[in-house]
Amino acid sequence: MGLDPVFLSRLQFGFVISFHIIFPAFTIGLGAWLTTLEGIRLATGNVLYRRVFDFWIKIFALSFGMGVVTGVVMAFQFGTNWGVLAEKTGAIQGPLLGYESFTAFMLEASFFGVMLLGRNRVSPRFYFFACCMVSLGTMFSSFWILINNSWMQVPVGHSIVNGKIIPADWWAITTSEVMRVRWPHMLFGAFLTTGMCVAATGAWYTLRNVHRPEARVMLHWGLGFVALLIPVQLFFGHLTGEYVLKYQPAKFAAIEARWKNEQPAYETLIAIPDPKAEKNLFAISVPKLGSMIASGSWTAPEVGLESFPPEDRPPVVIPFFAFRIMAGMGMIMLAVSWLGNLLRFAGRLETARWFLWATFLAFPTGFIAVLTGWYTAEVGRQPWVVYGLLRTKDAVTPSLTSGNVLFSLTGYILVYAVFVSFGTYYIYKLLREGPTVPAVPIPGATPSRPMAFADDAGTATGGQLNTKI
Amino acid sequence: MQASNLALFWAGVIALSILIYVILDGFDLGIGVLFGFSGPGERRQRMLDTIAPFWDGNETWLVIIGASLFAAFPAVYSVFLGAFYLPVLLLLFGLIFRGIAFEFRGRTVHFQWLWDWGFSIGSIVVAFVQGAAVGAMMRGIPVQDGQFVGTVFDWIHPFPILTGIGLVLGYALLGAGWIVFKSEGELREWAYGRIPWLVVAVFVVLGLAFAVALTVDVGAIAEGAMPDRRWGLVFPVIGAAALLGVMAGVRARNDAVPFALTCVFFVASYLTLGVIFWPYMVPYSVTVASAAAPDASLGFIFWGGIIVLPMILVYTFGVYRVFKGKAQRGYR
Repeated sequence: MGLDPVFLSRLQFGFVISFHIIFPAFTIGLGAWLTTLEGIRLATGNVLYRRVFDFWIKIFALSFGMGVVTGVVMAFQFGTNWGVLAEKTGAIQGPLLGYESFTAFMLEASFFGVMLLGRNRVSPRFYFFACCMVSLGTMFSSFWILINNSWMQVPVGHSIVNGKIIPADWWAITTSEVMRVRWPHMLFGAFLTTGMCVAATGAWYTLRNVHRPEARVMLHWGLGFVALLIPVQLFFGHLTGEYVLKYQPAKFAAIEARWKNEQPAYETLIAIPDPKAEKNLFAISVPKLGSMIASGSWTAPEVGLESFPPEDRPPVVIPFFAFRIMAGMGMIMLAVSWLGNLLRFAGRLETARWFLWATFLAFPTGFIAVLTGWYTAEVGRQPWVVYGLLRTKDAVTPSLTSGNVLFSLTGYILVYAVFVSFGTYYIYKLLREGPTVPAVPIPGATPSRPMAFADDAGTATGGQLNTKI
Repeated sequence: MQASNLALFWAGVIALSILIYVILDGFDLGIGVLFGFSGPGERRQRMLDTIAPFWDGNETWLVIIGASLFAAFPAVYSVFLGAFYLPVLLLLFGLIFRGIAFEFRGRTVHFQWLWDWGFSIGSIVVAFVQGAAVGAMMRGIPVQDGQFVGTVFDWIHPFPILTGIGLVLGYALLGAGWIVFKSEGELREWAYGRIPWLVVAVFVVLGLAFAVALTVDVGAIAEGAMPDRRWGLVFPVIGAAALLGVMAGVRARNDAVPFALTCVFFVASYLTLGVIFWPYMVPYSVTVASAAAPDASLGFIFWGGIIVLPMILVYTFGVYRVFKGKAQRGYR
């Protein structure tokens, strides 16, 4: 393919969306976490939960702000680089993404402000209600994104008039079978991401022997929550696999690195796929298991990539490895959370330093799983941008040259390197400092300036902490 | 082809959102432009105090424009962003740098100069590319089969460059008017001192642009509909009168007049463009009717629009109301 505008535009989209998705994923989980904390505090009256809340809301505000800024960039990508896609499918994707923006603004203009500014101005019950609404709002935002992406994966409810793809049945589009599986899968992914971060933060403080009461809350709730949710997520992952097998068999074959039709099919656990020779190197495979996983039978036939014309085949290496990394992250979360709860019942959770280290180091597992899961879905959909309707190579803005996109991609990399590293460093500083002082909004702060809320990480208190780690 | 009522509704929403955006983000971008020429120290902090509660909400309107355009007029969205690939990229970088500079300059001592430059240059870049895009639109955007058929450098011509500089100065004027409106003492006097120069500069650049359009960059405004709509000339006349009124307001030291009349100038300029462009959304190739998504799409997003847009309007008014009067010190 070389460095053509299509490939570079794909690379650019992959880059900006990767840096965007980590923030909304974290924010969705944090919204639910804060709501939970506020709910418990309201029920028990325990001020400890208030301290934990006051700490995490600063992270929430920063993460929300980063999500908004990186999201503004996303709002323009479809037009700048994917002009044909925007023109041909805009009648469907435009309103769906429009609703996403509207939802985000509605949130910002209403309960988000109460959550950040209104602690002392509204009743505790109303404050809790505002938290619920903010959390619902973040989930609702992802709802539109997942409708849109599910439509690109398995288009339904449309008709084609004069070469343009227009809506015929909004109900079918917004409630498609695929969307009903993928939205929960994404939501649970976001919850798990945050759950692991909360537990890891608790482990970090416990290892450093600081903020012990707050750390205990984070450890217990984080690990408990992940332990309960991970089996549900594995089940929804399985359902997602079923839709892929049913509607996108070529993607399924790519994920399994299955080159030939097989009956019964092998399950290739790990290998190095060789796309040129159309075979796997150093493969470790289990006979018959592939049929069992895909079709629930030890003898079922499974299609390989050879069944598809070369121009319709997705790349294999990225979906194959991305899927395995995602599943591996799920296994790590399962192991850490279940082991953690066993230790908890044995009363050794806060003394088993090896386990605390493992929990601390597992903080990025959720992020990695979210990213690799999306890589599996998006790269596996190739060569289509809208599956079966529009090829990626036909969707790019025709006036773009390689030089144009190389320039913009380099620009995005440089700007994001400064912006995202600064923001991430800032979040890290807040996390390291821990729950010391409650968030006090600075004068002039409004809900549309969430970054103005996490002000005190710049103070000198961070330097006086025990910074063994 | 006639535009449907829904298409006209959305065209109206977008037109109104652009006007609100230009005026609201215009004054805080303008303060960014002035920021670089204000000398370091206390004055800078006080300039930021006047926009701290507002600037981020002002940018909300830009995303409303983008989202509504994609939803209601996908053909315009794709042609416009394709034609202005480079300006849009610079716009986004400028907005990001401005945003982080604003939030982070107060948190560092050693690197404050860096963020200050980021804030100022980011603002100038954003203002310039917006103005240049308007100039390039007046020259016309070549479109074939629903897609832009030029190069990413098409907008770089004498006329759009002048309109870009013109908007930087125009926003600076708006910003100076806002400072006068929202501040007191030394800073207000400083801003008063800048306004006459800016008014003269805006006149000079607009005159130059007009001259260039008649000579060097022939055709820059030739395709517009103004010759067929002579009545439309009333708007440039109102604009010029408003700028003269700004001068009078400065002389009378009336704090509200410079900003208010600069707004009138912007509205008049905007209406002038409307007279030149209508019914084209992308001059002179894509009309409102031809660009509109089918009514099935426009009707679907309509419900979102009539709930959210009033809400954002109310929110915007609310923020300006809460922070009304002269700016307090110490906002960051």
